[in-house]
Amino acid sequence: MAEIRPTDTLRLEGLRKSYGVGTSVETEVLHGIDLRVGRGEFAALIGPSGSGKTTLLNLIGLLDRPTGGRLFIEGRDTSGLREADLTRLRGGSIGFVFQYHYLLPAFTALENVMMPILAARGRPDDEMRHTAAELLDKVGLTPWRNNKATEISGGQQQRVAIARALAMKPALVLADEPSGNLDTKSADSVFDVLRAVNEASGTTFLIVTHDPRLAQRCDRIVELVDGRTVSDRANANVVRRSGAAFSESAGA
Amino acid sequence: MNRLAPFEWIAAMRFMREGSAQTLLIILGVALGVGVIVFMSALVAGLQSNIIRRTLNYMAPIVVVPPEQVARPQRKDEKAQIAALVQPRSQQLRSIDQWQKVRAQIERLPGVIAATPVVSGPGFALRGDANKAVTITGVEVESYVRVIALADKIVAGRLSVATSDIVIGIELAKDLGANVGDKVRLTSPTGASETLSVTALFDFGNKGVNERNVYIGLRGAQNLMNLVGGVSSIEIKVEDPFAAETIAQAIQAETDLEADSWIKTNAQFFTAMAAQTLSNTLIRFFVGLTAALGIASVLVVSVVQKSKEIGILRAMGTSRAQVLRLFLLQGAAMGLVGSLFGSALGWAFLAVWRGAAKNPDGTPIFIIDVEPSLFVLAAAGATLVGTLAAVIPARRAAKLDPVVAIRG
Repeated sequence: MAEIRPTDTLRLEGLRKSYGVGTSVETEVLHGIDLRVGRGEFAALIGPSGSGKTTLLNLIGLLDRPTGGRLFIEGRDTSGLREADLTRLRGGSIGFVFQYHYLLPAFTALENVMMPILAARGRPDDEMRHTAAELLDKVGLTPWRNNKATEISGGQQQRVAIARALAMKPALVLADEPSGNLDTKSADSVFDVLRAVNEASGTTFLIVTHDPRLAQRCDRIVELVDGRTVSDRANANVVRRSGAAFSESAGA
Repeated sequence: MNRLAPFEWIAAMRFMREGSAQTLLIILGVALGVGVIVFMSALVAGLQSNIIRRTLNYMAPIVVVPPEQVARPQRKDEKAQIAALVQPRSQQLRSIDQWQKVRAQIERLPGVIAATPVVSGPGFALRGDANKAVTITGVEVESYVRVIALADKIVAGRLSVATSDIVIGIELAKDLGANVGDKVRLTSPTGASETLSVTALFDFGNKGVNERNVYIGLRGAQNLMNLVGGVSSIEIKVEDPFAAETIAQAIQAETDLEADSWIKTNAQFFTAMAAQTLSNTLIRFFVGLTAALGIASVLVVSVVQKSKEIGILRAMGTSRAQVLRLFLLQGAAMGLVGSLFGSALGWAFLAVWRGAAKNPDGTPIFIIDVEPSLFVLAAAGATLVGTLAAVIPARRAAKLDPVVAIRG
């Protein structure tokens, strides 16, 4: 297990989730998950399909509410929070990267990255534009920043989505199969970006993947089977770099 | 991105521009609806105000007359049977009791502009072989012109009703073969008669009025009608012609006299006008409803199409209220922009109509005054309708569960 620092970015205590509560078809899909993820960790969540990975990720991302147990984000108990507070906490502390990029097609790459800050602050300003430009530079997309979201390649779109996830400087980034839709080369470059951000800013990452090759590139691997954690181990031989530099794959 | 615009506004505008074909079509639809509403409203308002203007040209909004004389059957005691047939009394020309006091009392009422005493009765105008039945109207000219714009209707001569002066209509002048300066003899049912000289001719634009009305001085009419010192009616001008009936009732209550408003005397016309207004309102309502349904359906589709984007906006910290406003703004913007084009369209319809609806001599059949407030109202109304139409789609968007929206 990785080193646990004084305040964990994420702490789960007996987290449960059932669907169809109160009906005859009530099914529990998560049976009491305990998990602590420390600041700056780069962890993979693996498991066969139907094991509850995405459900767990939605709970951690405050997109869904657990039916039992407790969930702490940066030490803050989320169980008693109202919808509006959850939305604020989610916007400020958690970044999402999905399998599909879900960029807003009506906006440019830069504007898409600005969007979370804009939603939080209300009106555009130079500072958020600057922040977004820096993030796009970090993921190697400066030349494409004024392209519409639909006018760049799949790998580039996913990297814009990563930049967007980082816009609010979140403590935790949740990625659900972030490279699932991409070819190997693009997938590697997306992973390189995630790793680089983790190393540069100490952002905590929790990445759902079914690809063992990509899981091998994480510091820690948590395996979920049938709604239970069956293994949680540190990855002894982490593959740090795919070797594909950003600039090379930028056009992918 | 406009620096001054809030997040919701920026996103709403981009969403609308993205679905530009839908947006343009619905704006066109709203514009057509608003155009029709503006055109119809202006047309009906013009038509009605025109008829009202023409009627009130020669007619005072309120006329106060002495109460009718009624026959009262005499009964010896309560048990006696009521007579089966009571012959109504014939109405003789009578004066309003203490009319100076009544007039002053009426002029103090709120909403009353002016009140003028009138002695009016039947008579004959004679000149040479011509003998015409006329309505003799004795007026106090200074106050009379404040009630009826007689001075504006003079087409020849100078308005004066001093002793031995008479003002007649152009039709009567033609029938009598009289012109300004000529003598006309007036006789009344009482047998009195007087020779007067024509000082002016008027034209009220109404043949009956031009043919029958003659104006003489108040005193001359009192002599002819055997009503010395009295007046047969008091004519009243009010600020709001449509409040005439209310004011008439107030006068009736205060003075015990009979006050007839032009609304009561033209009841049929007002019924027709009310029907016209109602049908116009109905048409406006349904056109507005159609536009609202159009906006709503476009936005419902847009919410479905953009549910993933809405989901991701929610996931990255956009609040429900922000999503709600984002869609309400789109509805409002469609309504507003549609109404601006619609106002222009309505204006164009009116211009075409003005060009087509003309008398043979080239003058317009009636004048349509388009008040600027009509356009302001149309814009405000369409914006409101657009916002209301967006309520259901906006609530659907705000309620979207991000998990379902992103996965679905």
